[in-house]
Amino acid sequence: MSDTHHQETIELLTFRLGDQEYSLDIMCVREIRGWTKATPLPHAPSFMRGVINLRGTVLPVMDLSERLGLPPRSHSDRNVIIVVIHEETMTGLLVDAVSDIITLPKSDLQPPPEATSQGSSAVIKYLTLVDERMTRVLDLPNIVAFEQSDAA
Amino acid sequence: MSSPDPMAEIRASFFIECEELLEAMQDGLQMMDDGTDDSETIHVVFRAVHSIKGGAGAFGLEALVRFAHKYETVLDGVRADRLKTTPQLLKLFFRASDHLSDLVRACRDDTPLPIQNGEGLLEELESFIATEPSLAEPEPEIDFRPVGLTLDLDLGETDDAPAASPAYKIVFTPDTEMFENGNDAFPILRALSDLGPCQITCDTNRVPPLDQLAPETSYLSWTVILETAADEAEINSAFEFVDGLCTYSVEQTDAQAELPILPALVDLPPAAELDPTPDPDVTTSNAKPKEEARTPTVAPKSVVRVDLERIERLVNLVGELVINQAMLAQSLQSAGLSPHSDAMNGLEEFQRLTRDIQDSVMMIRAQPVKSLFQRMSRIVREASSAVGKDVRLITEGETTEVDKTVIERLADPLTHMIRNAVDHGLESTADRLAAGKPAEGIVRLLAAHRSGRVIIEVSDDGGGIDRARVQQIAMDKGLIPNDAVLSDTEIDNLLFMPGFSTASTVSDLSGRGVGMDVVRTAIQALGGRISITSTQGAGTTFSISLPLTLAVLDGMVVEVAGETLVLPLNMVAETLTLTPETLDTIQPGLHVVRVRDGFVPLFDLGHLLGYRQRQDDYTDSVALLITHEDGRSGALIVDEIQDQRQVVIKGLDDTFYRAPGIAAATILGDGQIALILDPTDIIAQTPDQSQALRAKSRMEA
Repeated sequence: MSDTHHQETIELLTFRLGDQEYSLDIMCVREIRGWTKATPLPHAPSFMRGVINLRGTVLPVMDLSERLGLPPRSHSDRNVIIVVIHEETMTGLLVDAVSDIITLPKSDLQPPPEATSQGSSAVIKYLTLVDERMTRVLDLPNIVAFEQSDAA
Repeated sequence: MSSPDPMAEIRASFFIECEELLEAMQDGLQMMDDGTDDSETIHVVFRAVHSIKGGAGAFGLEALVRFAHKYETVLDGVRADRLKTTPQLLKLFFRASDHLSDLVRACRDDTPLPIQNGEGLLEELESFIATEPSLAEPEPEIDFRPVGLTLDLDLGETDDAPAASPAYKIVFTPDTEMFENGNDAFPILRALSDLGPCQITCDTNRVPPLDQLAPETSYLSWTVILETAADEAEINSAFEFVDGLCTYSVEQTDAQAELPILPALVDLPPAAELDPTPDPDVTTSNAKPKEEARTPTVAPKSVVRVDLERIERLVNLVGELVINQAMLAQSLQSAGLSPHSDAMNGLEEFQRLTRDIQDSVMMIRAQPVKSLFQRMSRIVREASSAVGKDVRLITEGETTEVDKTVIERLADPLTHMIRNAVDHGLESTADRLAAGKPAEGIVRLLAAHRSGRVIIEVSDDGGGIDRARVQQIAMDKGLIPNDAVLSDTEIDNLLFMPGFSTASTVSDLSGRGVGMDVVRTAIQALGGRISITSTQGAGTTFSISLPLTLAVLDGMVVEVAGETLVLPLNMVAETLTLTPETLDTIQPGLHVVRVRDGFVPLFDLGHLLGYRQRQDDYTDSVALLITHEDGRSGALIVDEIQDQRQVVIKGLDDTFYRAPGIAAATILGDGQIALILDPTDIIAQTPDQSQALRAKSRMEA
């Protein structure tokens, strides 16, 4: 651990979905805001919670746990929306709660094992250990850029 | 955002300038064609072409330079009265202008150059040069000079040295007295530069070293090489107010010989070194009058070029302001404040200001329709030559301002309508003569502001709509029942039905299977309406009425299954309350409502948008009647009508999810987002229903 101070580091925003820990590269996070009622979009896939008003911009919000195929849960007031930006498109990700911002050397990131099932390996980019807890680093482009056919 | 390559930026601004020059050129030609030109017009056209050539040279756009040069040479012949402007020559000029525009755009977009028609045009242009021996040798060294200039200097300098019009050398030395009397040299130089392109050089040789300099003494003199069609008297008039307070001389010189002696700013010594005079005119007079000389006849209003993105941002911010104000109003009201309280009065003032700001911001986006109309005049030229008709386009209200986006999205429908007018609207020349009309057909394009909307009319003086034929075609194609009795207006409106085309021979001009229905769809997408009036034997008029802006919409706010939705008010024909007497069920899930003597299918919005299960009984529900005169009418069932109000349109991002039937979104006073519906899309989604309905209508009829 002593020879890491010259290595490139990465900052991650960690958050919880159920009892699991996830994280995103902080560079793609625009802001974090509390849950407000979303206006549902007709015929949208179930993980699309709808659109909310982000200071005059129409922001689509997706339920991240549903997007990742986790069991649906009821939402509480502690739920927050992480506003992320990818290729100039902003999307809101509904998560249970934000935990922390951590800085890691990039060498600590490990690609997920090949053996995991197709669906989840596509959205998880790296795995890493923080305080002996496993954190999944999400692959944002794969999460927000879903095909129209997925929606149908 | 800023490009790393400065050359690319200069190049981009050159092409923006080209667009303006092309517009000026088109204007000039149009004026010549209309006979409303004056002596300056041809110079404007010439200068425009010349400037394009100059800039093109700097960027090494060979093809553009070559064509512009030939074109310019012929224009110069006209300018110097060596060639007469005949209608044939004007037609050639128009075609050359079109080709020049094509070349400019091809160069800009890096697409293959449209060489084919260029060669023919070059030959035609050359034939004019050849007939005029004095034109055969078009001032060789002058033509390359501006190229050298543009490389060193700013692009704005490209056109200050067109040759051939008489040039004057003016030497102007103000006396000290002139400044004491409150006069200044700058307005005089500006007045001179207004007369034509000029080169102004400041002579600072008499300025003494700083320790000997008397601050109130005039040491400067200017040499102006002015190319102008104006005579000496006009030049002298620039000095009218300073007569006796300065010495000046005006002499005619030979431009060719004189100009190269003054290569731009070389004569000007670096100001800091030799010229300690705090007189700001020394520097400004060299640059500014030239800037203004560039487009002398174009309106002298000062204009700022602004990135569209910045305006968009401003529009968005104002939209937010409007929403915020609505939210504020709502919360003040719910706080139970008296309407006479200071807060409420202040809010009223705030509302007025917001509205003013909104209007002003919308004005920024507004553009005159002129550019659009100019494109149409080209369409008329091309269309008329394709069908061999003699057509004249008359435009009115070119200065009418319309939202930029509207202008862009009007181009296609308008092109189609103009082609239709030329191809179908106007009769053949033989038929016109037989009907006692002049051989030249007239297509009229008009724009005007009328009661808060923009009206655009396309009319022709052709034969009018042959209603009997239209009805027959509609019957043949099964669009209407064979025994239908239709009013004239109803027949005219058949033209808007999908799959309708009156041309018995499909010409390559307008018969592309794209009918007037596409035009109407495009107009409706802009929140507009289109209507026809036609008089047998006298012509047809298509009238388009558009909202002033796309950013705000007159909406009807309704509630469905607890969700608030907005419908464009112009789509709602009427509201109905459903009663058992008017309700009817054709088959399970297909309900109709009787409206006067017709049946209109019912659409359960709550079900169609997936908010709730289909309901069985719609008695006492509220329905909004959406009509389209083409059979695609429908009644949308809502729970409650809340309000009619203006809403700010927020686009839903196309890249992420496109919900059918949803056009956009808006933000309500409480900060919630409401979806704006596209009723036509909802009605069109269920084609089987309207077919079943048509069958029923036929049975009942």
